[in-house]
Amino acid sequence: MKEYTAIKELPYYEELDFYKKQKRIVLQNCGLIDPEKIDDYIEKKGYQAAAKAITQMKSKEIIEEVKKSGLRGRGGGGFPTGLKWQFAKDAEGEKKYIVCNADEGDPGAFMDRSLLEGDPHKLLEGMMIAAYAIDADEGYIYVRAEYPLAIRRLKKAISQAEELGLLGENIFGTEFNFKIHIKEGAGAFVCGEETALMASIEGKRGTPTSRPPYPAQSGLWGKPTNINNVETYANIPFIIDNGAEEFNKFGTENSSGTKVFALTGKIKNTGLVEVPMGLSLRDIIYDIGGGITDDKGFKAVQTGGPSGGCIPAEQLDLKIDYDSLKEIGAMMGSGGMVVMDEDTCMVDVARFFLTFTQSESCGKCTPCRLGTKRMLEILERITEGEGKKGDIEKLEQLGKVIKEASLCGLGQTAPNPVLTTIKYFRDEYEAHINDKKCPAGQCDALKGSYVIDEDHCIGCGQCKTVCPADAITGKKQKAHTIDPEACISCGACAEVCPVNAISN
Amino acid sequence: MDKIELSKVDTILDDHRGKKDSLITVLQKSQNELGYLSKDTQKYIADEMKIPYSKLYGVVTFYSQFHQKPRGKYIVRVCEGTACHVRGGDKVLEALKDELGVDRGETTKDLLFTLEPVACLGACGLAPVVMINDESYGRMTPESIVEVINEYRNKN
Ligand SMILES: Cc1cc2nc3c(=O)[nH]c(=O)nc-3n(C[C@H](O)[C@H](O)[C@H](O)COP(=O)(O)O)c2cc1C
Ligand code: FES
Repeated sequence: MKEYTAIKELPYYEELDFYKKQKRIVLQNCGLIDPEKIDDYIEKKGYQAAAKAITQMKSKEIIEEVKKSGLRGRGGGGFPTGLKWQFAKDAEGEKKYIVCNADEGDPGAFMDRSLLEGDPHKLLEGMMIAAYAIDADEGYIYVRAEYPLAIRRLKKAISQAEELGLLGENIFGTEFNFKIHIKEGAGAFVCGEETALMASIEGKRGTPTSRPPYPAQSGLWGKPTNINNVETYANIPFIIDNGAEEFNKFGTENSSGTKVFALTGKIKNTGLVEVPMGLSLRDIIYDIGGGITDDKGFKAVQTGGPSGGCIPAEQLDLKIDYDSLKEIGAMMGSGGMVVMDEDTCMVDVARFFLTFTQSESCGKCTPCRLGTKRMLEILERITEGEGKKGDIEKLEQLGKVIKEASLCGLGQTAPNPVLTTIKYFRDEYEAHINDKKCPAGQCDALKGSYVIDEDHCIGCGQCKTVCPADAITGKKQKAHTIDPEACISCGACAEVCPVNAISN
Repeated sequence: MDKIELSKVDTILDDHRGKKDSLITVLQKSQNELGYLSKDTQKYIADEMKIPYSKLYGVVTFYSQFHQKPRGKYIVRVCEGTACHVRGGDKVLEALKDELGVDRGETTKDLLFTLEPVACLGACGLAPVVMINDESYGRMTPESIVEVINEYRNKN
């Protein structure tokens, strides 16, 4: 027999810095099983929790267990899941629905997508348990059309589960029936909001309605409905399998369990990370993420996408959970985490996010439709060097009104990126407005013309070739110069310079 | 709508008649088949599904996925950013308009090209820049862009 010797140089998975501080409950199987084979999932104890719940537990016991686990909605709001289920269970009605929100519209977020593509059966199992607990017999998964692979895998998973009798009628030989449909979104961010999402499932324009009534009372087609996010459902099998206490071992007092984050931006290791709640931003960014690219300085981290906020370096040791983030004006959101370095202009970041929410505002309520437009106009003026005294105060005032008066979560959170950048980086706004300078050197209108450092220039002439404005002169092998009058500050020359002799 | 289009939409409708909640699905499938949703197609679907046309129109205009005008096989994005402008991007755009016989935002009759001017494409060193689907073309002149267009025409 052949002898195998351990190769010392190759670290185990758990020894890698990227994985050391992670705890994988939701992503446990992702990348390790074939998502298109139900047998692979079953081999990893798949559908055992559903069997246990449906054959051995009363619906009341399940809801109690979920309540005890302290699980909170992973779709952004953080509402206690057990309580939500209780409301749907208590609601009067013969017909009830289960809905899964897989719309994942935040730019820079891909947690739900990885789960749908990497372990679709986990979601189906979570939804089955929820359906049994609230007496629903029909479920919908609303997936954005931009995720074709996720849709394909989900369809396959559903038909496999149906073949084995895990979905359909008399599941596990009981009275319990449950079927799941898939609905594709059609490209509207606001459809991630629960009331808009259900309108869209019904085939209507996806505009939100005011709550109450909450979906638990009157949801899909006016019937009691429980809606949760993908990641929320994916936590359920673990809780039923191992008990609430085991789940409670991870996380903080008011935010138990783990959270999956999509770590992106100017960071060395990008990707999905699943960590216990309560880990600090420093742990995530430096230990897991490996720090900032090119060893530049850390400036801020943006969490929660267009509804979230920018968190400055002073808060790096913040232990992140739902409440701590809310306290500093940011948000957990769905789990996007974009790291920004010293070269990022915070006014421009605020403008970017507001451009997004502005164009995605459904237009139903005035504060959101017009308020975000006015805020965006001011921000555009500031980044174009036309900022006026009083602009910052106007932004703050508009932001406050929009937050208070908007109909749905989109408007209620849209000002967050602007308000947090003003709170933590007011000096950058002031520099744009008062000194007409962009400290990070990002805003084109505030860029000075480029200059060539004559001592370093090697006279290669590459800058002269690329300059679209023909502003560069000089002989081969001799130092070149830029005519400040003709320079349009496009930066093309600085990009091609082989010796980095050009700056602005 | 011509006969072929009608029969395509009918096949799609057959699975969904009487189910009002299927409207978005029907529109998605019809657009996949026909490339876009013309007024005629929209009216036909509204009638067949017994939904007011105004309601259907509201849905079509709400979701960014739906197009009411045909779109070309190739989306031609011409940069109108500063660097491209000073290097003659406007002349490239004019040349494209002449060559394709369309204005900005329009699609050619043969459904090959849609012309879409855009702000900076982030490739100023190559100005003037044109992108066709995912392919970039730098240092374009009114003459060279016509050659590029002809290459695409010859592929079809
Ligand atoms: C504008 C807007 C967009 C939203 N987008 C999403 C989304 O993409 N995914 C999601 O799960 N929840 C999203 N939500 C939150 C949902 O309204 C809802 O709270 C969530 O689906 C409830 O599930 P949970 O309790 O499991 O978090 C969004 C909310 C708003 C206001
Ligand atoms: S201005 Fe055309 S690519 Fe930047």
